[in-house]
Amino acid sequence: MTATFVGMPVFPTAARAALADTQLRRNLAHATSTIRAKRLSVVSEVEEWEDLRLAGAAIKDQALLDLDQHLLRLEERLTANGAIVHWARDAAEACAIVAQVARDHEVDEVVKVKSMATAEIELNERLAEHGIAAWETDLAELIVQLGDDLPSHILVPAIHRNRAEIREIFLTRMAGAGKAAPADLTDDPPELAAAARQHLREKFLRAKVGISGANFAVADTGTLVVVESEGNGRMCLTLPEVLVSVVGIEKVLPTWTDLEVFLQTLPRSSTGERMNPYTSTWSGVTPGDGPQEVHVVLLDNGRTRALADEVGRQALRCIRCSACLNVCPVYERTGGHAYGSVYPGPIGAILNPLLRGPGSGDQVDSLPYASTLCGACFEACPVRIDIPTVLVDLRAQVVDAHRGGVPSAQSVAMKGAAWTFGSGARLRAATRASGLLGDVVRRFGRRSLPGGRSALGRLPGPGAAWSGARDMPTPPSESFRAWWRRTAGGTSETSGARDPEGGPGTPRPNPGTPTTTGDRSPDQSADPSGRPAAGPLDRGVGGGAL
Amino acid sequence: MSARDEILGRVRSALTTRPEGEVDVPRAYRDAVAPVSGDAMVDLFVERVEDYRATVRRCTVAELEQAVAEAVGQAQAVVPPGLDWQVPGAVADDGQSAAELDGIDVVVTAAAVGIAVTGTIVLDHRPDQGRRALTLVPDHHVCVVRASQVVATVPEAVAALDPARPLTWISGPSATSDIELSRVEGVHGPRRLEVLLVTDA
Ligand code: SF4
Repeated sequence: MTATFVGMPVFPTAARAALADTQLRRNLAHATSTIRAKRLSVVSEVEEWEDLRLAGAAIKDQALLDLDQHLLRLEERLTANGAIVHWARDAAEACAIVAQVARDHEVDEVVKVKSMATAEIELNERLAEHGIAAWETDLAELIVQLGDDLPSHILVPAIHRNRAEIREIFLTRMAGAGKAAPADLTDDPPELAAAARQHLREKFLRAKVGISGANFAVADTGTLVVVESEGNGRMCLTLPEVLVSVVGIEKVLPTWTDLEVFLQTLPRSSTGERMNPYTSTWSGVTPGDGPQEVHVVLLDNGRTRALADEVGRQALRCIRCSACLNVCPVYERTGGHAYGSVYPGPIGAILNPLLRGPGSGDQVDSLPYASTLCGACFEACPVRIDIPTVLVDLRAQVVDAHRGGVPSAQSVAMKGAAWTFGSGARLRAATRASGLLGDVVRRFGRRSLPGGRSALGRLPGPGAAWSGARDMPTPPSESFRAWWRRTAGGTSETSGARDPEGGPGTPRPNPGTPTTTGDRSPDQSADPSGRPAAGPLDRGVGGGAL
Repeated sequence: MSARDEILGRVRSALTTRPEGEVDVPRAYRDAVAPVSGDAMVDLFVERVEDYRATVRRCTVAELEQAVAEAVGQAQAVVPPGLDWQVPGAVADDGQSAAELDGIDVVVTAAAVGIAVTGTIVLDHRPDQGRRALTLVPDHHVCVVRASQVVATVPEAVAALDPARPLTWISGPSATSDIELSRVEGVHGPRRLEVLLVTDA
């Protein structure tokens, strides 16, 4: 299992590769639209949803703004309940603690319930260096692990895989990791799940050490909470003799009662269910029931860095429901791998720079730009994280971190645009030139946008930095001003034949009809952005895909 | 400096820019009236449990042993030590290993709380519900819920439960949607959940 996010290309490069993968886009479009619809229907059942969001945000703020006190209380309660509490400044320290527990019990394998924190610290890879195999037991994580692949979604890590691909992975890889898949395995989901059940049950029954994360850690009772669906969590939390839970310090809730909010909002936001199949809570050791040695590793790994960021600290409210991923137009098209992190999508775009610091690398610095700032993520978020505002603030921090070098092509272009738009005469001249340009470049346009507009591919020269990450619509052949003059304000429109290619410069009788020979894949017809081409008022502005 | 002191120190210095005052948690969501009560609440509980493709049978106290026997059928059953009803032919939990439990088909238990709006049963693993492994390893869970244990909402359930005990909240059988988002019942937990609702307890 060697796959790692380290060294991933910056977002625009990775996104361009992902966009070219039509299978991936089909898998993603299907998955995200399915979860979106389910989430909307169960959220609309709850009349007090907005009040629950407000309460959820406030509870998390309360926890974060007095975090030191809550952590101390949590430690005290856990210890009183018989758990052993460890503190880890960073990934290396946390992994070393887990490895030490495994060594103390002389095991060379552990079973794991999926956890973002353990993925973040790359626990499996570090344990492997100590000769300890960490078996992922969540079905999707198993698919990712066996496929030597990377997770691409918080909730459904194998969202980018379809059933045929999963069957192939099981058939070729299961035998090498334990019980083999049946030779006559089909790609029917119940059969695939049954193969995983057989494969993993043998591991559960012999495991001595289990590893988990926690969705919540309740300070006043010393209770950890794991929310899951498959029962692999219950297996890992119950059957082994020893349990180690790696818990980010931001997972603290002040009181037991606070759970009443999150057990309502998390399942509905996450899988679109009224309640997830299994939620387990435990407070330390229960004599005669479950693990008799319980460790809790409280993990910083950048969280205090994020906490110090006044605008960004709200990102630590995140309960990892993944609703923001499923509504994000950028995520839906690029998938999770392009973000180069276990935290993809809108939350990943802010959490990674906050945890690691703007200026800490090109990959991280590219993430605050991986967004259209449309705001859908904020509306979906059950703890009201204002992701767009944090993104904008982080963009400024990234710029500041790089200040002092030569001005970027983008800032030169923006200064030029400001000068052009500053005068009517200049704008008139520019739009005339752009119309001419449009006529010329349309012939070379290599792409088409949803709705059939033709688009520029990568521009040569200084424009490359801008166009490398954007499909820019070709300029219309006639500007709005020119059209206004020619048709006397739209009163004497006579010909629609100016633009035979159906570009945006031409009013069309039925703007919804696809008119180009572009490669519209079937899923795009159901795509909300497969909207009709721009109406007359959009012409000459060059707006469109960012 | 120990990791603990260093992390706490970092937290404190991160919070020097903390806004003044306490954060008030607006609990307006609690003003929402419980959507149902009485018989309607129990009906909703049944409807929502069935929505997860679990089965629900209603019975009276007098009919319960018969209903349990029908649910178990010819299968080998295990029961926790404090169960109030007889389950013919069942073995008692005497600390069997997980591997031994794996050879048993059915487990019959009571429950602590039922939640109507979410169709959830909660076990707090007292003697009539048994230790956690018992309701996890066998493939079929028959769970007896008294109508008087059903509450309307999640907050009512949280308030009724004791956090010092381990808790297992169960909403339908084990399920996954990891393969193309199509729901499949039964990955690791019991693949069948059968709720016996005792109505005139
Ligand atoms: S940011 Fe909000 S919507 Fe996104 S995963 Fe976190 S809690 Fe969910």
